[in-house]
Amino acid sequence: MESVNQLQRKLAEYTASLYNEKILDEQFIQLQQLQDENNPDFVVEVVSLFFEDSERLLNELAKALNQTNVDFKKLDANVHQLKGSSSSIGAQRVQRVCIAFRNYCDERNVEGCLQCLQQVKNEYTLVKNKLETLFKLEKQFVDAGGSFPVA
Amino acid sequence: MSSSYDVSSSLNNKNANLNVGKKLKALIVDDDPIVRMVHKALLKKFGMETHEAKNGQEAVLTQRSGACFDLILMDLDMPVMNGRQATKELRDMHVCSLIAGVTSLGEAEKKSFMDAGLDYYYQKPLAIDVVRNLVEKIKDDA
Repeated sequence: MESVNQLQRKLAEYTASLYNEKILDEQFIQLQQLQDENNPDFVVEVVSLFFEDSERLLNELAKALNQTNVDFKKLDANVHQLKGSSSSIGAQRVQRVCIAFRNYCDERNVEGCLQCLQQVKNEYTLVKNKLETLFKLEKQFVDAGGSFPVA
Repeated sequence: MSSSYDVSSSLNNKNANLNVGKKLKALIVDDDPIVRMVHKALLKKFGMETHEAKNGQEAVLTQRSGACFDLILMDLDMPVMNGRQATKELRDMHVCSLIAGVTSLGEAEKKSFMDAGLDYYYQKPLAIDVVRNLVEKIKDDA
């Protein structure tokens, strides 16, 4: 059974790695600053909504690219939404792929779009796993008696 | 193309219609539910009461039904009616609100959005400090 101090260190190191690997950016810190006693589950709520919405958008993107006549306008609108929501939670790498994805939509480049779709799926899966691990570590820390903000 | 929005007369209207002494009210206009959720938390943190609209048309209809907001956060790209069109319509209605465009645009698009009648323009995503300053400014003007 790990001590609070060990868990605190583990949590700090894991969090730092997320920023170092640019999986998350400063926007995620802003979300954490918005969490308080009036809004105690804010980060988990926003991130959960992001997961739900992203999965829907990724399905829409796959469907759109599967058509014989690709509707690039619709495709671009969905990528634009994914770019917006990923930037709102600080999912930097997802946002970056969306920018490239939109360029391919502008060029009506199906091959490029398909590549970006695969990339954005990979980046989304990565950030989802990382955030789920982060929340698990936070819970372990709190269950062991730790509290935020970390002293 | 000149805007019908006149700064001095709308300022007088704003002072007359503001919810003086009560909680400041904001309308968040964005088609993305995640952005709405984040902006709601940002504004609530600084004591504002928040309302939401999913697109420009909902924003306009809310105003037409008699609501009066101290601040409207307006996204640009929305279905049904975009932020530029909604801003123009709201200005034509001589609303009492400060309207802040919030989006991620290049300089050219920013100018045309500002020209529709924005009081402020901010890059998405909104930072806590930006919102703190904006709310302070609204409280001072109230």
